[in-house]
Amino acid sequence: MKKVKKKSNYLSFKIIAILGVITFIFIAQRSFDAYVIRILNLCGIYVILGVSLNLINGFTGQFSLGHAGFMAIGAYVSALLYMSPELKEVNYFITPIIWPLSVIQIPFVFSLIIAGLASAGVGFLVGAPCLRLKGDYLAIVTFGFSEIIRVLFCNLQSITNGPLGLKGLPSYTNLWWTCGAAIVTVWFVKNLINNSYGRALKSIREDEVAAEAMGVNLFYHKVLSFVVGAFFAGIAGALLGSLVMTIDPNTFSFFMTFQIIIIVIVGGLGSITGTVISATIFAILMEVLRSVESPMRLFGLNIPGIPGMRMLIFSILLMIVILFFHQGLMGTKELSWKWLYHKLIRNRKEVKEGS
Amino acid sequence: MSILKADHITIRFGGLIAVSDFYLNLKEGELLGLIGPNGAGKTTVFNILTGVYKPTKGKIYFNNQEINGKRVDQITALGMARTFQNIRLFTNLSVLDNVMVGCHLRLKSSVLNAVFYLPQYLQEENNVREEAKQLLKEVNLEKLENNLAGGLPYGQQRKLEIARALATHPRLLLLDEPAAGMNPHETKDLMSFIQKIQEKFKLTIILIEHDMKVVMGICKRILVLDYGITIAEGNPVEIQHNPEVIKAYLGVEAQYA
Amino acid sequence: MNLNIFLQNLSNGISLGCLFALIAIGYTMVYGVLRLINFAHGDIFMMAAFFVYYSMIIFSMPWGIACLVAVVLAMILGISVERVAYKPLRNAPRISSLCSAIGMSFLLENFAIVIFGGRPKSFYRPEFFEKTFILGEVRIPGVNFVTPIVSIVFLLILTYIVYKTKTGLAMRAISKDFDTAKLMGINLDRTISLTFMIGSGLAAIGAVLWALRYPQIWPFMGIFPGWRAFTAAIIGGIGSIRGAMVGGFLVGLLTIMIVAFLPELAGFKDAFIFIILIFVLLFKPKGLFGEE
Repeated sequence: MKKVKKKSNYLSFKIIAILGVITFIFIAQRSFDAYVIRILNLCGIYVILGVSLNLINGFTGQFSLGHAGFMAIGAYVSALLYMSPELKEVNYFITPIIWPLSVIQIPFVFSLIIAGLASAGVGFLVGAPCLRLKGDYLAIVTFGFSEIIRVLFCNLQSITNGPLGLKGLPSYTNLWWTCGAAIVTVWFVKNLINNSYGRALKSIREDEVAAEAMGVNLFYHKVLSFVVGAFFAGIAGALLGSLVMTIDPNTFSFFMTFQIIIIVIVGGLGSITGTVISATIFAILMEVLRSVESPMRLFGLNIPGIPGMRMLIFSILLMIVILFFHQGLMGTKELSWKWLYHKLIRNRKEVKEGS
Repeated sequence: MSILKADHITIRFGGLIAVSDFYLNLKEGELLGLIGPNGAGKTTVFNILTGVYKPTKGKIYFNNQEINGKRVDQITALGMARTFQNIRLFTNLSVLDNVMVGCHLRLKSSVLNAVFYLPQYLQEENNVREEAKQLLKEVNLEKLENNLAGGLPYGQQRKLEIARALATHPRLLLLDEPAAGMNPHETKDLMSFIQKIQEKFKLTIILIEHDMKVVMGICKRILVLDYGITIAEGNPVEIQHNPEVIKAYLGVEAQYA
Repeated sequence: MNLNIFLQNLSNGISLGCLFALIAIGYTMVYGVLRLINFAHGDIFMMAAFFVYYSMIIFSMPWGIACLVAVVLAMILGISVERVAYKPLRNAPRISSLCSAIGMSFLLENFAIVIFGGRPKSFYRPEFFEKTFILGEVRIPGVNFVTPIVSIVFLLILTYIVYKTKTGLAMRAISKDFDTAKLMGINLDRTISLTFMIGSGLAAIGAVLWALRYPQIWPFMGIFPGWRAFTAAIIGGIGSIRGAMVGGFLVGLLTIMIVAFLPELAGFKDAFIFIILIFVLLFKPKGLFGEE
């Protein structure tokens, strides 16, 4: 058996994979149907959301229901930064926007980063006092924060334009942004999980008391997972805003958080690969199942569209997963480059050698 | 040299006084046994020393530094580690990971350093891995390093817990009933193991145990608790003949047996 | 703010408070026996309102009968939810039960949207409840008289059940120590089902009273009262029935009074409830009456 230097072999494989992805995005962005591109964008965004929530809920074991709040912060902060003053004037026709927001305009990329940092900051503010709480109580408090943010955004007309929301946002989001950000998120979280800090996070999930006794600073590490999770949620929120080109406070309701929870549970609390797969499937299904909600012809029968059927199906699926497969798709297992390499390349080699 | 001084510690939970006026002056290198009937407050003492509970009265000095009110992880960083009466391993983590968690508190690299796998972190990670493997060798678990901790048999889980505690580089090690559930053969192994690590890692050890063979066998000094009160202190011979101790364990009649 | 307006608001506050107390009890009792927050409780409340509506529309029942039928159906629904979603996960990690509760809540809401449609429907109000009574200068809607009376009656019945019957004793035993209660021969499943039954029944009554105040029913109508009642249960001390009653009362009063005294902040009233909830959980998680 050839003993190859692990690093270099997988490195070339990885480079090929990345080049493949880049080529794919290049082709897709140019020639795919707009509908397909939209789905792919949503896949990327849901991946970011799922992985960032999994970091908090799955790997650190902190049950947070506040993800939509972090998204909202990211979406609004970035929009307020990249919108032109003219666009702002048009939107804020009832209550004018306050200075200096009325005159600020910065490039999308910077607005993204600042949005992420703003969410991370709020993640710190939310996480810090709450991390003494366990289980249900933490869930409720994080949900409460998310709702408070939503209500605040609904009422602070001079900053967020209230329930009218922001419309006509420029469409900056494209596959480069979403897939790129998704890859960065997955890479960052994966590295975090596998290093010493990640071990500390997992130890907190396993047994907090023992973790503390082994010298793990509970507060620091719990806040760490919240801050990182919130950062990426903020970026996802910002990307979503520019994708759908309108934001309003009610987009970021508990409903949104719940969708991400579905993704994380179905994929497996504690598996990044699982989350990526389930996020992709979820994004695709959400769009595809729209057809269930509009009239269609099946076997020559006219079946009327049933609004809300989509979410009902998802709710049922979720209950089935929770009740029967609470490990989700992958449990805590991960796909690794090693596995992929062996599956794709070594098998072919064996076939060639006739074994 | 006094490594630990518990100065008249008392703790009340509501109306119940769980530990009353506990005094201990522990010298470096000692192997102290802490015994007493069930419910005497032994684990409570451990919880107070390690910072899980704050004493209602009294001060604790570790290495001549007052540690009252310090967090559990801070006290561990100062050099006090423990194992638990009901094993508390990280069941879904590998055996090696369990031990490596113990090394985390010594990590100097920042989070970003670690995420980007910069050279400083890589170096630390390799060192930690090596050290963890060595510790697993001490407890004969090195072949199982990739197994899930939860899947190990009971006796090996106990040893893993000790290895994990050793990873924190303690000066004082608190062992809570390490021999519980072990057969006589395993118990003998454990006794020599404790003495071995004490010498090798230059530890001071406090041992809670119900198995008298272990306590009388390896402890040079023994403290006896009953209903939270220290009823006796001395070497094994003294303790075995102490009437108060006999009364506490076996009841009044046994005293006159 | 003159005296009349104050009295009107007070009466509204009391009425609303009794309502929240009824719903809060469901949360607190279930938490007491199962240590589980039944997120679906607010949705059982919602379903009860729809049960009344459809009983009248489809089966042409008179209003009173429809309400009774709705209470019974809500009880059955509550027991079924417990059997389907919570019982299988009794030994699973807490997070699973939490997810199941949230999942069930969503299932009921989405089910309602599909079956009942998302548009609000008008709830039938018997004549008495259409009237507003005028005492001096104070205007008090009919429902403000009935709600406190009905609530107090049922709360008294509940107190009797919990403190004076064997079943109630069983409930209290389970909430004190689950495993020992099992060992003492208490029929766990039956007692838990009964707990859900009572909680759901009270929620149904609350739903009727709520719909008499706000006669528009729609699939998400359970969210607002649900969270308020839940906050009430926490403030009173989750697990404590007395706490739920007092908490419900307080929350009801607060809801009305905040809007009455500080109308500029009316838009923030939802946020206030959560701020209070967060404060209580952070600083006094046991609430007013602790764990009973």
